[in-house]
Amino acid sequence: MLNYTLRRLMFAIPTLLVISFIIFALLDLAPNDPTGNLPLTIPPDVREQIRQSLGLGEPFPIRYLYWLQQFFINEPLNLLERMFGFEIGNSAERLRIRSWATRSPVVDLIIERMPQTLWVVGMSYVVGILIAIPVGIISAYRQYSWFDQIGTFVSMVGFSVPTFFTGVVLIVIFSVNLQWFPSIYDTTLKVTDWSSFWAQVRQMVLPVMVLALYNAAQLSRFVRASMLDNLNQDYVRTARAKGMKERVVLLIHVLRNSLIPVVTVIALGIPTIFSGAIITEQIFRVNGLGQLLIIAIQGADIPLVQTLTFIFAVLIVFFNLIADLLYGILDPRIRYE
Amino acid sequence: MKRFTALAAGTAVALALGAANAQAERGSDGNLNVLYWQAVSVLNPYLSGGTKDVEGSSVVIEPLAKYDEAGNMVPALVDEIPTVENGGVSEDLKSITWKITPGLLWSDGTPFTANDVKFTADYCMAPDGGCQQISKFQDIESIEVIDDQTVTINFTVPKPFPYTAFVGAETPVIQKAQFENCIGANAPNCTEQNFGPHGTGPFKVVEFRANDVITFEANEHYRDPAKPSFATLTLKGGGDAASAARSVLETGEFDYAWNLQVEPEVLEQMSAAGRGQVVTSFGTSVERIEVNLTDPSPDKGENRSTLEAGPHPFLSDPAVRKALSIAIDREILVEAGYGASGQPTCNILPAPENYASTNVNWCLEYNPDEANRLLDEAGWAPGGDGIRAKDGVRLSLLYQTSTNSVRQATQALVKDMWQQIGVETELRNIDAAVFFGGDPASPDTFQKFYADVEMYTNNFPGTDPEAYMAGWLCDGIPSPKNGWLGANMPRFCSEEYDALTGQMAETADLAARGEIAKKMNDILSNEGALIPLIHRGDVSAHSVTVDGVRMNSWDSELWNVADWTRKE
Amino acid sequence: MSDAVIKPPQGTPGAPLVTRQRTLAADVWRQFRQHRGGVLGAVVFLSIVLLVIFGPYIHGIDPQALNVRDKNQGISLTHPMGTDNLGRDMFAQVLAGGRTSLSVGITAMLLSLLVGTTIGVVAGYFRRADGLLMRLTDLFLALPLLPLLLVIIMLFRDTLRAAFGPETGIFLLIVFVIGITSWMQTARIVRGAVLSVKEQEFVVAAKSIGTRERRIVTRHILPNVLSPIMVSATLGIATAIITESALSFLGLGFPSDYPTWGRLLYDGVNFMAINPSRVIWPGLAISLTVLSINYIGDGLRDALDPRIRGR
Repeated sequence: MLNYTLRRLMFAIPTLLVISFIIFALLDLAPNDPTGNLPLTIPPDVREQIRQSLGLGEPFPIRYLYWLQQFFINEPLNLLERMFGFEIGNSAERLRIRSWATRSPVVDLIIERMPQTLWVVGMSYVVGILIAIPVGIISAYRQYSWFDQIGTFVSMVGFSVPTFFTGVVLIVIFSVNLQWFPSIYDTTLKVTDWSSFWAQVRQMVLPVMVLALYNAAQLSRFVRASMLDNLNQDYVRTARAKGMKERVVLLIHVLRNSLIPVVTVIALGIPTIFSGAIITEQIFRVNGLGQLLIIAIQGADIPLVQTLTFIFAVLIVFFNLIADLLYGILDPRIRYE
Repeated sequence: MKRFTALAAGTAVALALGAANAQAERGSDGNLNVLYWQAVSVLNPYLSGGTKDVEGSSVVIEPLAKYDEAGNMVPALVDEIPTVENGGVSEDLKSITWKITPGLLWSDGTPFTANDVKFTADYCMAPDGGCQQISKFQDIESIEVIDDQTVTINFTVPKPFPYTAFVGAETPVIQKAQFENCIGANAPNCTEQNFGPHGTGPFKVVEFRANDVITFEANEHYRDPAKPSFATLTLKGGGDAASAARSVLETGEFDYAWNLQVEPEVLEQMSAAGRGQVVTSFGTSVERIEVNLTDPSPDKGENRSTLEAGPHPFLSDPAVRKALSIAIDREILVEAGYGASGQPTCNILPAPENYASTNVNWCLEYNPDEANRLLDEAGWAPGGDGIRAKDGVRLSLLYQTSTNSVRQATQALVKDMWQQIGVETELRNIDAAVFFGGDPASPDTFQKFYADVEMYTNNFPGTDPEAYMAGWLCDGIPSPKNGWLGANMPRFCSEEYDALTGQMAETADLAARGEIAKKMNDILSNEGALIPLIHRGDVSAHSVTVDGVRMNSWDSELWNVADWTRKE
Repeated sequence: MSDAVIKPPQGTPGAPLVTRQRTLAADVWRQFRQHRGGVLGAVVFLSIVLLVIFGPYIHGIDPQALNVRDKNQGISLTHPMGTDNLGRDMFAQVLAGGRTSLSVGITAMLLSLLVGTTIGVVAGYFRRADGLLMRLTDLFLALPLLPLLLVIIMLFRDTLRAAFGPETGIFLLIVFVIGITSWMQTARIVRGAVLSVKEQEFVVAAKSIGTRERRIVTRHILPNVLSPIMVSATLGIATAIITESALSFLGLGFPSDYPTWGRLLYDGVNFMAINPSRVIWPGLAISLTVLSINYIGDGLRDALDPRIRGR
């Protein structure tokens, strides 16, 4: 297992390099332009000068190498400096990855956005999992019962109705008519006492609800399907015949064997927490990483999109590795030599 | 201003009176919550010329003079506007001298001097800085600091309209002491300065979160000791226009929301809650259909949509262009997409008054019968499918625009109207960042114009249309030779028009300039190379508890935020 | 090729094989008929399909016909679902939108399922292919969708439009784009399931008696990973219908006056408070379709599961 992990990690480096190159090429090829959202009153020749000042005059491979150097050497050094408070070499001369739209270091922007994304999107993911697993188990165990039918109905509707719709419905009901929860997330709120904690909870309720419904809907279907597959297996009959308690049979034997697809879906989902939920963040103005990414994409802010997407790629590779390792733990028959 | 709507004008007068009576004290009105659904990225308009960034920075840094809601220049950091009459502008129109109000302080308490003004110009004109407002500093030969309170700008050519630099929110004065090390290629590296410039405006930055939210507090060194009446200002960004409108009009979470281009009935329904008020003002924006006079067909290859491709198979026929224009019922377009924020127009230059022509109005009357007659006369006969054709050329158009729900509604309506005169239309909408992006590799930019007609809005900043009208010169035609840069989308070319442009550049007298501009407008509009549709206003909304909002299309909407007060 | 050599002795092609397959199909069908949810789902889905195909002939209003004077109307006899803000008939639009949404949704889902399942099975079963295929999956998961779409439009839209005409060209492009950007989850899930199934006794037994690998995959592996595939299919159809509407904002989708369910729902959101039928009907149409396909999937899964079929 350790051998396998090490080999996968070694292999991850060239993989990520290839991914970063393809993303960079893709962004370079895309026809949107950093001056596209400026007012038309800025004349074309000034736009050309702006492009030059952003470094777009340099040939593509040079820009890619610059980015590599900045991301893998300059930024880590900078983080180290900040953490330990000493200076390595000439830090003022070291170029950092700068966003074209804000002209500020990309890494600082990401650090600033991280908390609200982790709070809202992460929380909704946890809530989604906590709802989905029990619902999936009960739905499968009591297949075609009322509970199962309602669960199926709610989750299918929850998944098929997009978040741009549910979000606005919740705002119209809970913010406009009932006035219970704010429709706009205040990112400057600092939790210092009970009342600010309560304010934080209130502003998280709507976006978390929207996202949790969507996540739970999807996950619970996989849990249910997988449980159903295993409930009819011979080993379940054997376990029951041995006189094991139903609870043990269900929660230890069946659940454990049903978890492989569930682990896959969850592992695929965790990186998306970091990429944020673009639509939901837009609707409730939870200005997290998703909103940062979408603004950057719309404005063709290549350094920002490149860095965010690459971090995202690292997370995907990492969590897929974790999922593969978990398969081995959940089902010892799966062997990686 | 004639075109200023009664609604906004009435409000403005009432509120101005209210503000005068309030006798507010600085910081007595708590927090002002402003929502710009396009979030502010940086507080330095020289590094980002986006409207949101210009407006966001306008509460902190100020130009020497601003425009009021009627488009008149008003002094901000000076006592009077220099003119030839008062000696501020030289007789040969080659220099302008600004006299700064004595005693002004920056928000850090240091004195504001003429050196800061000169520095700002140097900052923008420095090579490699990528200054986005450089066109405002065109033709400047030198800037002289006469003394601490006096600065003279010398031009290389006579400038009939010398109020380009330092007038309006696009070119505010920044502090020399703060930005000294940020010149040229170093400009983008000064994050701290770009996110928190010292200013002379009513507020100063407390915390800046790029593309999210900015917190401001009242500037204790602001020139009027009684203002601003709000102690703090929060400028939040993100989301979309409809939900921004909702947060002011329905939930009342915000006091002011900017740029609410949503369908009129939606705004009306939201306003019914009674928490806020929609305000409109008109500048120079005209939503227009531009007609491709060259052949965009793909088999022309590289020459597609250039003069080399030859004239357009049917849009080069003036009768077709005229018929297309009068077959559009502009009143319906206004009703469906704009409401109070739009007026039908036949002119490409609708304001300011001095330049606005009133001669062209033949297109205002919706007249499909006349359109049909014109087409019949020109030999375009309806075929079996109802679509007109002549010599095997069918009147079938590709109609492109940027993605935006109001534009798509307009497209659908126009398609329907053209259908009724036997013209077939295929609609296409393109992501705005691509359409306006100007990437020479993309086939979908508005400059390349690989379509028969395209629709968008254009306007010009400030009140002088010279540069804007010069966009339709023969030289301005986008083509591979000039890297598709150029503003002459219709590929319009007329000697008479070019001559008028040259004449305007040499004329100083305002009335004479107005006459020339009107002539140019009439040529463009009568030619039908552009089909003006709607004179578009700006729409914003403010809470009923906020007094003093004077909606402005000529400058930042927050131009007078110092005068805003909270109503009891 | 060894296949072709071994087969002939089994006798003349055709007859015996067909009978056996018919028995299996009949078996499945008999089982499916007993599955109440499955039957109900099939009935609902068929009625939606029939309504969408034949509805426009009965309700004869042109979905693109405008009448601004009649805008934002509620339910009436002439307009059973009201009208939108340009006075277009909602019922006609929902019917017309259904044709597009259903065909896009189902085709794109099938494409993504095909790609995802193939990659998942191959990666899970053949260890040598695993590394490469899964890194490919990682790459696709990491690609930023919007720029990818913009590049695809730039490269292919005009070519396809010229080759197949505006509508078919765009249809192919949309199906391709949705299919190519949504197979990854299915691939990972199928691979996980295959990894686990292939170590089970019956596969080992099949291997030990020399069953060919292709037969092991189709006969032993695939039926046992069917459940997650079915779930992916149901969820995939919902995603495809919604994704289609998102594409049109980039200028990649159908022209803006061409209704689809996703688009109708999106356009209706701002008008929700003025005219609820703008969102209720398209939303209901999408949900009903997805629900009915989900039940059909449930029924099929049960019917195909040999352990249940015997009961």
